[in-house]
Amino acid sequence: MTPSATTAATTPTFDDAVARYEPVIGLETHVELGTASKMFCGCSTVFGADPNTQVCPTCLGLPGSLPVVNEAAVRFAVMIGLALNCSVSPWCRFARKNYFYPDMPKNFQISQYDEPLCENGWLDVEVDGKIHRVGITRVHMEEDTGKSLHVGGATGRIHGATHSLVDYNRAGIPLIEIVTEPDVRSPEVARAYVDELRELCRALTVSDVRMEQGSLRCDANVSLRPRTAPGEPAAPYGTRSETKNLNSLRSVERAVRHEIVRQATRLDAGLRVVQETRHFDEASGTTSTGRSKEEATDYRYFPEPDLTPLALTHEYVDAVRATIPELPAQRRARLAGDYGFTPTDIVNMRNAGVLDLVEETIAAGAAVEAARKWWLNELARRAADAGVTPTGLAIGPFDVARITEMIADGDLTDALARTVIDGVLAGEGTPDEVVAGRGLKLVSDDGALTEAVDAVIAAQPAIADKVRGGKVNAVGPLVGAVMKAMKGQADPGTVRKLLLERLGQ
Amino acid sequence: MTDVIRFSAARTAAAIAAGELSALEATQAALDRIAKVDDRINAFLHVDVDGALAAAREVDRRRAAGEALGPLAGVPLALKDVFTAQGMPTTCGSRILEGWYPPYDATIVSKLRAAGVVIIGKANMDEFAMGSSTENSAYGPTRNPWDTDRIPGGSSGGSAAAVAAFETPIAIGTDTGGSIRQPAAVCGLVGVKPTYGGVSRYGLVAFSSSLDQAGPLARTVTDAALLHATIAGHDPLDTTSVELAPPAVVAAAASRNLRGVRIGVVRELSGDGYDIGVRARFSDALEVLVGLGAEVVEVSCPHFTYALPAYYLIAPSECSSNLARFDAMRFGLRVGDDGEAGAEEVMTRTRGAGFGPEVKRRIILGTYALSSGYYDAYYGQAQKVRTLISQDFAAAYERVDVLVSPTTPTVAFRLGEKVDDPVAMYLSDLCTIPSNLAGGPAMSLPVGLAEGLPVGFQIMAPAFADDRLYRVGGALEAALEARRGHPFLDDAPAL
Repeated sequence: MTPSATTAATTPTFDDAVARYEPVIGLETHVELGTASKMFCGCSTVFGADPNTQVCPTCLGLPGSLPVVNEAAVRFAVMIGLALNCSVSPWCRFARKNYFYPDMPKNFQISQYDEPLCENGWLDVEVDGKIHRVGITRVHMEEDTGKSLHVGGATGRIHGATHSLVDYNRAGIPLIEIVTEPDVRSPEVARAYVDELRELCRALTVSDVRMEQGSLRCDANVSLRPRTAPGEPAAPYGTRSETKNLNSLRSVERAVRHEIVRQATRLDAGLRVVQETRHFDEASGTTSTGRSKEEATDYRYFPEPDLTPLALTHEYVDAVRATIPELPAQRRARLAGDYGFTPTDIVNMRNAGVLDLVEETIAAGAAVEAARKWWLNELARRAADAGVTPTGLAIGPFDVARITEMIADGDLTDALARTVIDGVLAGEGTPDEVVAGRGLKLVSDDGALTEAVDAVIAAQPAIADKVRGGKVNAVGPLVGAVMKAMKGQADPGTVRKLLLERLGQ
Repeated sequence: MTDVIRFSAARTAAAIAAGELSALEATQAALDRIAKVDDRINAFLHVDVDGALAAAREVDRRRAAGEALGPLAGVPLALKDVFTAQGMPTTCGSRILEGWYPPYDATIVSKLRAAGVVIIGKANMDEFAMGSSTENSAYGPTRNPWDTDRIPGGSSGGSAAAVAAFETPIAIGTDTGGSIRQPAAVCGLVGVKPTYGGVSRYGLVAFSSSLDQAGPLARTVTDAALLHATIAGHDPLDTTSVELAPPAVVAAAASRNLRGVRIGVVRELSGDGYDIGVRARFSDALEVLVGLGAEVVEVSCPHFTYALPAYYLIAPSECSSNLARFDAMRFGLRVGDDGEAGAEEVMTRTRGAGFGPEVKRRIILGTYALSSGYYDAYYGQAQKVRTLISQDFAAAYERVDVLVSPTTPTVAFRLGEKVDDPVAMYLSDLCTIPSNLAGGPAMSLPVGLAEGLPVGFQIMAPAFADDRLYRVGGALEAALEARRGHPFLDDAPAL
């Protein structure tokens, strides 16, 4: 923060700041597309390969090389545009964005400028039960840059580094940039927008949208303007800052929140907000100045002469439209209507990575609540313990549906069901095979159970007398003892009922 | 077989196919000729002796094995040093690429190799194809075999000089504003800029992407057609190359009459500023065309007068971006990396040291023309002129089949004569630039001498009608040669 800002009288609280100033927020999100090959060449896009092993003359920008557009990337971009309710341009061009940087092989980025692929859409996001419509200005395609690693400094930043290494594996990976209108008014909505966009891309299976790996990154443009009384015209927009490369949902919310307070502090002190890019520091939760837009590069955009224009036919766009699956908002509405799930249920299941599994388990015959309960609790925990995603477990929706059915039929207790799950995960077969193999079927009505009950009553006369004397709750230890004698293969409810009958209750 | 070097490419290949000559002998003859004369010409930046001999042996082996050979198999060729070819350095005539060995073949190099053409080496050129005299090469100028005090044209001056000096029968050049046709004109050769998109640009180090096009240089129209046919065709690695079957240029080159062909003389490409000798030979050629049955009329293309300024905005704009990649990071020259300087400083030092003055001039020009606030007035306006020039061509082709003009306003000028006057140098391309801006094909072929130096005649055709150039050019060449009684280049002084 600049010295003049810190000398300002006081820093307002967030609530105080937004009571007096209206935040105006726009978001620019970059999504790395999950195509098998790069935007303009055939190199692999797999994350985590050894540096500079997924490169060719084109993505290294060697003299004489030329780009060729990846059709899958165009298709994915059109899907995103359509899912965001945009119109798809029947004719558009790529453009060169010219600037020098060592991790940019050609020293220009092939992007789009005044002719984006998709324009004028919207995305609805829900916060606390209220729907906020965020306008989408444009969706355009571009190529990613390489990655610089600055060595020798304390911070990993270029300042203080002794030298830098460049990995061009990322150079040329297809990127989609999605730009919103300045429609967002709070940090929570900003976060919810990015979350919803991430879910949308995930549903479209166009990206793995892993913010921590950078396959989805967000820049937040924030400005403040004084609030005006109802009926008064709104004040003009204030000067904005752009906080770059926010790589988690939490960072989006925190960075916007910080910017609102920081800008309010400056405005309160009579200082102006500088138009600039800023960096967010996760450790301190604050932003710091990057470079001023007032000394910004002139990118000298012009149409990319090495590529012919993209002319997408109606038929092509309609064919892509037909491949768009159910989107997150439609799905939430359906899950609420069909199964009675609350928004919180859905968020919890989604975050645990079990939403699809729960749906498939219900489809396989399980009761809604049982499917939800088993996946969200027991199975999500086991997946976490095993270090895999729930879909990576060796037990699937049909197995789980069968187990819940056996519980409902009184053939298994919850405890026994966990043993069955152990068996399935251990590769012992289907739940039925595990039950048979381990001899886990519940004993409920034959002589063995009656025998065990009698033996326990005989072995613990003091407790038996208490129960006979009316202290029904004292039966617990006897139930436990019977269950132990039965090695768990009895239903505790049945045991309790039998014991109370025997003891005249 | 001392006269092997004087054989046309077609005759060389026919002799090899017939077993009268081996590819090895043809290649060795070329290498011997280069050894004998190239210190005076400087057509080659690199001669790949081992690679050429190996390629020749392979052709001989295939012939011995009874394999079918293409129409240029075993023919030596000079490749302009603007293409990537494995096993040879690619410099583009620039210090900034000195010592760079590309890891891949340009598409046309792959096609030439597959056709059994023997790539003898890399031909000198104006740095990054910017120039009209080959004096902008960082490796010294090439000299015109007709008069070694004169320029061979440019930027494909090395390619043209190699063919005119009988070092190779054919060569590949590139033409962004006339860089095949103007050297062909001043060296007395046939040179063709194919339709934009007719030949792959993959592996052609870009000067101006929307204008660059590779094409043949040869001593005869038929040789040019054979080479044109060898390199033409769609390339999936170049999306600006077209998915049309290449025109039947070889068959067209065999035509000997022009009955019913309508020829338009472009009014704006004549008059003051054109040498008297150039105008005289041009008029002579028109008479020959009439004698062959063609109908010759004058047509006006009013916007051609704006072609030169439009070109000098579009080409530098694209070059300022295309040449940004020469930054010392991944290949080529690196200057000033002393462990203290940052990456940007090393880029600055390298580009300062590695680019010559003409390249810097055009990068600065293009950077300015694309700048925010100037884009519409310069680059945007130039693109509008480009559209108008295309419309002029389209209107003209409603009336005529081909357009003609002198190729250059003058014959070869002396070395050093125009190096300090870039605008005078730029005027060399006055007649050739419109075809680059509009994308149509154009040919230059020799039609006589003025002051003892060759004069070129330009034929232009609509896009994808490259065969018309060969039809008119083939008939004109045959008629002129019949009148003269010997091949045109026999008039050149012996070296």
